[in-house]
Amino acid sequence: MWRRHPLLLIALLLGFGFLYLPIISLVVYSFNESRLVTVWGGFSTHWYGELLNNRPLLNAAWLSIKIAALNATLAVVLGTLAAIALVRFGKQRGHKSLGVMVTAPLVIPEIVIGLSLLLLFVTLEDLIGWPAGRGQLTILLAHVTFSMAYVTVIVQSRLKHMDRSLEDAALDLGARPLTVFFTITLPLITPALIAGWLLAFTLSMDDLVVASFVSGPGATTLPMVIYSSVRLGVNPQINALATIMIAIVSIAVLLLGIVTYRREIKKQQARP
Amino acid sequence: MIKSTVVSAISAITHNSVINPAARRNGLQRFVMAVPWLWLALFFLLPFLFVVKISLSEAQLAQPPYLDWIQQVEDGLVTIQLNFGNYLLLLEDDLYLEAFLGSFEISLIATLLCILIGYPMAYGIAQAPRHWQLPLLMLIILPFWTSFLLRVYAWIGILKNQGLLNQWLLSLGLIDQPLVILHTNIAVYIGLVYSYLPFFVLPLYATLVRLDHSLLEAAADLGARPWKQFLTITLPQSTPGMIAGSMLVFIPAMGEFVIPDLLGGPDTLMIGKLMWTEFFSNKDWPLASALAAVLLLVLILPFVLMRHYEQKAARQQEGH
Repeated sequence: MWRRHPLLLIALLLGFGFLYLPIISLVVYSFNESRLVTVWGGFSTHWYGELLNNRPLLNAAWLSIKIAALNATLAVVLGTLAAIALVRFGKQRGHKSLGVMVTAPLVIPEIVIGLSLLLLFVTLEDLIGWPAGRGQLTILLAHVTFSMAYVTVIVQSRLKHMDRSLEDAALDLGARPLTVFFTITLPLITPALIAGWLLAFTLSMDDLVVASFVSGPGATTLPMVIYSSVRLGVNPQINALATIMIAIVSIAVLLLGIVTYRREIKKQQARP
Repeated sequence: MIKSTVVSAISAITHNSVINPAARRNGLQRFVMAVPWLWLALFFLLPFLFVVKISLSEAQLAQPPYLDWIQQVEDGLVTIQLNFGNYLLLLEDDLYLEAFLGSFEISLIATLLCILIGYPMAYGIAQAPRHWQLPLLMLIILPFWTSFLLRVYAWIGILKNQGLLNQWLLSLGLIDQPLVILHTNIAVYIGLVYSYLPFFVLPLYATLVRLDHSLLEAAADLGARPWKQFLTITLPQSTPGMIAGSMLVFIPAMGEFVIPDLLGGPDTLMIGKLMWTEFFSNKDWPLASALAAVLLLVLILPFVLMRHYEQKAARQQEGH
């Protein structure tokens, strides 16, 4: 097909160049000796050493990782429930409103979500004394709210394209719905759950705007530290940090991709 | 009396679970629906009511920095004092109208640029050999997994006056003086397109890859040229996916804060940036809430458009 459309190939190459050149430049210049980030002064791992001695940044990173892991777990549970409700229980009351409420956080500007959640937390604290103050808990609640929407989308598409004959057979043979779910449905949608978990983790690790609104004194997340540093201009330590994060994410996503790809190939081979 | 109620309750439960599994399944279904529904109602829907409520109150120097409009005066007397001043201010001060128009213009241009760059990419992937499609899609998604903040930061290093782009253009002799791109609207466009391109490409690819090929074959048999086939068959059929994808770019771009803040300049007037300033610098929570309420109102139409075309695209795919 491509040989007939050389223009498409060029568009793809340019597009991928546009997507990847900035990331590559981040990585390359993290090994730059010079403080001036974009002026090459020789190879060095100097900034990685500095990064490891940056206590406030490391503390923030640890806090972010904790919140992100909890967030991902909660978001996968809630998102999976929502996806099942949306795909399977179309006649149930609340189906339509759930569909709208799940899609909306995907597009509604973060700044609106952040402000509105802050106002909710302030009012609730005033009325019922919970949540007491703002910090890790309020960040977690806010993150779960928008990450579960992404998990729902991923699990939903997996459920839609899933072969239901096994489930039907088990139900016909008298298995309880819950048993069918845990022994058949869950294993089949596991790749989607892992992808959803990873995505929810990244979204939380990455969020500056919502966390800035709902956080309190004492809860400074990694993006907040990055943002206050980046506002002052380019900083090679941030490049080093970016490289480490990119490396971790790429490895995780590539592993997941390879597993999915192999499964896909096996499926194609099984179906002649 | 109590005993009999307990017995009947137990019998109802056992009746349901033993004789009527469908009823129990219904209870389970209701639970599965209720948990995410209640979570979103509490943490997503309810907060918007507070945004509206606080946008109607008056700012004050206190903690929290607004005056509740429901005041409990003595003897249980409740007075309600609505303050529409924040909304009037939005109308009177040109700054706010300009910020909305600025956001609209910048988001619109960024969306059009996404269509220009993203359509050929999505089409190229959909036309690629089958075993190439999944890896190519992975490549589209991968940047989305790495930190958004850091990817925007990368552009500062590229676009600034002594940045990579200027160094490169200078060394090629294409320019004599560094181009000023960082802290202008051009940098904001680049940042927006860069960040939101995957959101456009993915839904469009999903539509393109499931297009009805029989029409194309028929057109080819009847002698239509490839360009004509594309314009009369592929393009109209992919419109739902294209509009849904465009809205996925346009809506979040309207409220974007990080990109105009880090890449834009003092002339870049966008509503997200203004809201941030009103909230964090001026500590004017009611005014920030009024801005948020108006922004939400403005975004309802694009949101409805998006839902409509998403469902249309989904139906198209299932019907095929």
